Amino acid sequence: MMSWNVYSNHRLFVGIVFGVFVFLSVLIAVQPAARIQRENAPLPTAVALTTEQQAGLRVFIGEGCVACHTQQVRNIDMDKMWGGRPAVAADYAWRQRLDVWRATPSTLGSERTGPDLTEVGVRQPSDLWHLLHLYQPRSVVKESIMPAFPWLFRDSVAGTPAGLALYIPAAYREPGAHTVVPTRRAQQLVAYLMSLKQAALPTGQVAPAFLYVKPPKAAVAAGLVASDAAPAIDGGALYATNCQACHQATGEGLKGAFPPLKGSPVVNNADATLMVNIILQGYDARAEYGVMPPFGSRLTDAEIAAIVSHERSSWGNSAAPVTADFVKKLRALVKPVAAL
Amino acid sequence: MRNLPFKLYGRPLLLALLLGLPAGLRAQATTPAEGPMLTQPAVLGMMALLLIIVLGAAGLLVSRVAALIRGSQKPSTENEAGRFDETVTNLTDKQLAAILERRQGREFALSGAELSGGSPAHDTQGLVQHVALNVHSQWFHEKRRTAPFTDLDPRLTVLISAFLLCAAFWLVLGTTVGWYAGVKFVSPDVDHVAALSFGRLRPIHTNMVFWGWTSLAMIGLGYFVVPRTNNTPLFSLKWGWWSLGLINASVILGTACLLAGINNGGGEYREYIWPVALLFAVGVIVAFANFYQTVAHRTTEEFYISNWYILGATIWGIVLTVIAYLPWYQNGLGETITQGYYMHMGVGMWFMTFTLGLMYYFLPMSLNKPIYSYSLGVLAFWTQLLFYSLIGTHHYIFSPLPWWLQTVAIVFSVGMIIPVLAGTINFLMTFRGSRKRVGDSYSLPFLLMGVLFYFVGSFQGSLQALRYTNLVWHFTDFNVAHSHVTMYGIVSFMLWGCIYTLAPKLRGREPRQALVGVHFWFALVGLLAYVMALMIGGTLKGMSWMAGEPFMQSVVLMAPYWLWRAIGGTFMLLAHFVFFYNLVDMLLGGKAVPQVAPAQDSLAQNPLKQAVPQAHDVLERI
Repeated sequence: MMSWNVYSNHRLFVGIVFGVFVFLSVLIAVQPAARIQRENAPLPTAVALTTEQQAGLRVFIGEGCVACHTQQVRNIDMDKMWGGRPAVAADYAWRQRLDVWRATPSTLGSERTGPDLTEVGVRQPSDLWHLLHLYQPRSVVKESIMPAFPWLFRDSVAGTPAGLALYIPAAYREPGAHTVVPTRRAQQLVAYLMSLKQAALPTGQVAPAFLYVKPPKAAVAAGLVASDAAPAIDGGALYATNCQACHQATGEGLKGAFPPLKGSPVVNNADATLMVNIILQGYDARAEYGVMPPFGSRLTDAEIAAIVSHERSSWGNSAAPVTADFVKKLRALVKPVAAL
Repeated sequence: MRNLPFKLYGRPLLLALLLGLPAGLRAQATTPAEGPMLTQPAVLGMMALLLIIVLGAAGLLVSRVAALIRGSQKPSTENEAGRFDETVTNLTDKQLAAILERRQGREFALSGAELSGGSPAHDTQGLVQHVALNVHSQWFHEKRRTAPFTDLDPRLTVLISAFLLCAAFWLVLGTTVGWYAGVKFVSPDVDHVAALSFGRLRPIHTNMVFWGWTSLAMIGLGYFVVPRTNNTPLFSLKWGWWSLGLINASVILGTACLLAGINNGGGEYREYIWPVALLFAVGVIVAFANFYQTVAHRTTEEFYISNWYILGATIWGIVLTVIAYLPWYQNGLGETITQGYYMHMGVGMWFMTFTLGLMYYFLPMSLNKPIYSYSLGVLAFWTQLLFYSLIGTHHYIFSPLPWWLQTVAIVFSVGMIIPVLAGTINFLMTFRGSRKRVGDSYSLPFLLMGVLFYFVGSFQGSLQALRYTNLVWHFTDFNVAHSHVTMYGIVSFMLWGCIYTLAPKLRGREPRQALVGVHFWFALVGLLAYVMALMIGGTLKGMSWMAGEPFMQSVVLMAPYWLWRAIGGTFMLLAHFVFFYNLVDMLLGGKAVPQVAPAQDSLAQNPLKQAVPQAHDVLERI
C-alpha cells in the first residue's frame, strides 16, 4: 500500500521537492525573464553595435572586465554621476547570445571596483586615452589598480602604420618594447568601449525618477552639512572627476597624448573665452593630442566656472577666476551653433 | 482573459495576497528621508551581528588563553583530579592519619597479589590498548581520541577518501588563485601574464572552490551519510566514481577555458561554457541517482532528515543549472533575471542545503546524542524551499528589473529569518549541555563556528537585501565579505567539522591535534581579518559614493583594507595547506590502526602458552 507520509515515501518526497522548486523557479525566474525579453525592443535612438564593436564585447567578456565594471545606472541619486537617466529594460534589449558556445553577456555587473561604463564612450571619447589606459592604466591614472593588458599590444614591426604607435612614458614601457602598437583585439575593445552611451528615450517616454535624492534640510538638521545657504562648489573635486584622467593631477598632461594645463597660454590668458569654449564644445584641432570631449551638456555653468577657476589658480597658474554668469553668456552663444 | 489586468499583474498580486502583504508591491518609495547611517535599523542590526562573531571568537580565545596560563602555572589544578591531589597533599598529618585509618578499616581486603612478586606488570595477552604515559602537554589541551568504524566497506572508504582528497586539492589550488587575485589589489603590476590577469583569475577562483572543493567535499560526505542513515550499502560504487570523474573533468576543463580567456558570458558562477557545465551537471545527476536508489533500498521505514536535505539539494542543483544554461529566455534583461536567480540559488539551494543535511548527521554523531528537534528541522527544510527560491533578484535592487520582482526578493529575504532561526536554534540546542565535549573535540569547534556563522551570515544577507542597505553596500567590497562569511564561514567550516569527524574513523588514523588547532585558528582569524577589513572598507566606499566624491577617492581609500584582506587571506591559505596535510595524513599517511580484535579473542588464542612465562617469572623470584 502506498504511504502518503512524505518521509517514508521517497518517490512522493522527491516529486514534491522537484515539483515545488520547478514551479517557483518558473514563477520567479523563467516566466519573468521570458516576458521581459518579449516585451522590450532596443530604443529607436539606440545604435546597434558594429561587427567591430561586437568583437570588442567578446574581448571584454573574455578578459573578465565585468568582474569590476558595472553597466547600470540605478534609479538612485548617487548613480547620477554615471548617466543622465536611470537605466531601463530597453537599454539592454539588444543583448543576445554571443555564439553557440557562449551565453548572453552579463554586462550589468555586480561589483564597482572600477567606474561604471554605461557612458564611458561619452565621458572618455579619446581612443588614444583608452589605448594608453589599457596598455598601462597607471600611466594615465596613477592610483588605478586595474590590470594592465600588454598582451593586447605588440612591438611595431615593419609595415605597421606609423599612426598607430603609442607614446608610452618610459617608466611604464614593457622591458624590450620599442614602439608599442595596439593589436586588432585592442582596437576592437576600444571600439566597443567608445560605443557605450545612453540612448535618448523617445519623445513622450518619461525616464524613471532618481530616488533617494538628498533632502538638504534633513541633512542640515542631522548636522551632516554646514548650514551655509549654498554649499560652495569644489572645483578641485570636479576637476578630479572630469578632467584628471587626461590632464593628470599635476596639470602636466601626458606628453604625446594630452596637453598640459600647467603654464598653458590658453589657461593663463586673461580672457578665458577660448578656455571656456573648449570645455563647452570640446576640441580636436591639434593632431599631436587626443580628442577633448564637450562638457556643455554634462556640467552646469557654476560647475564649469569652478573647474576653470581651479585650473587657472593651480600648479603655478595665476589667472583670475571666472564666474558662472560668464560661462552662461558663452553657453548662450554656443547653443544656436549646436542647434544647426 | 487576455486583456484583463490580472494577466499583467496577476502573479505578483496573487503572491502578495497569498502572503497577506500590502498590495502596493509596485509602488515606488518616494519620500526616503534618510537620517545619518547610524540611526538606520539595518546598519545597527549589521553591527550587532558582527559583534556576535567578534565576541564569540574573542570569548573562545580568552578561555583558551586563560586555560593555557592556568595550565602553565599549575598543571596539577587543570582538572578535578588535580584539585583533589592538591587537597590531599595539603592535609595535616593528623587529618591524614585519621582518614587513612578509616579507609584501611573500611577497605580491608586481600590485595590479590599475595602470591606474586613485586615486578612490573606485563600485558602479554594484549588486553590493554592505547596505553599512553604522560599524555599531558603543558601547552595543549588533550582532545578526545576517536575509535575507527569496524563495519565499513573498504571500497566505499576508498571512494570517500578520493572525493575528500580531490576536494582538498581544489581547495588549496582554488584559494591560492584567490589569494593571488587578492594580492593584485595591492600590487596590480605583480605580473603581466594574460592567463594570470585579475579578470581571468577571479572566475577561476570562484568556480574552483565552488565546484571543485565544496561540491566534491559535500558529495563525498554524502556517499557516507546516505548509506549509513538508510542502513544499506551504497547503491553503486561505480556511479560514485563516475560522479567524481565528471566533476573533476568539469573543473579541469573549465579552468583551462578561463585561463585561455574563454568565458561563457561573465555571469558570476556560470563562467564555464555549457559543454563544461554539462559535465558537472551529469556528475550531479549521477550522484542524485545514486543517493535516490540508496534511499529506495533502505531498510528503515522513514528516511532520516539528512536525506531530505541531500536529495533536495542535488535535485535543486540540477534544476537550477539547467535553467541557468537554457537559452530561450536569456536575451536582453532575461539574462539578468536568470543570473540573479542562478547565483543565489546556487549558494542557497545547492551548497547551503546540502551542507545543512550533512550537519543533521555529523553534529549529533560527534556529540553522541540525537538532534534537538525533528520538527524544527521539518520547518527549516520546507521554509528554505519556499522562501529561498524567490529571492534571487535581491542582487539587482534599483536595477531596471521589474520593481515587483525586487520587492518580492526583499520580502522573502527577510522571510529567510525563519529557516535560519529554526536551524540555528536546532543546532545550538543540540550543543546545549555539551560544553565539555566541544572543548574535548577537535572537530566540534569547526561545527560550532559554522553554526554561529550560519546565523550571522544568513541574517546579514537578509539585512543586505533591504533598499537602504543597498544604497550603502551594493557594488562595494562588502558583498565580497558577505560571500566569504557564507561560503567560507558557514559552508567550509561545517565541511571541515564533518571531515574531521569522519576521516579519522575511516582508517583509525587521527590527525596531529596541534595541527588541527593551527588549521582552525588560522582559518578563523584570517577570515575575521578578511571580512572585517572589507566590511569597513566597503562601508566607507559606499559613503564616499553617496557623498558624490570623485570615484578615484573610493579606490584610494580602499588601499589599507585591501592590504588587510590580503593579510587575512594569507592566514586562510596557510590554514588550507595545513588542512591538506592533515587530510593526507589521516587518509594516506603511516599505517592504518589495525582493527582491534575483541579481548576474549586474544585470550582464547592460546592462553596456556602465554601464561607460562608469567609462572616462570613468579617461580624465579621466590
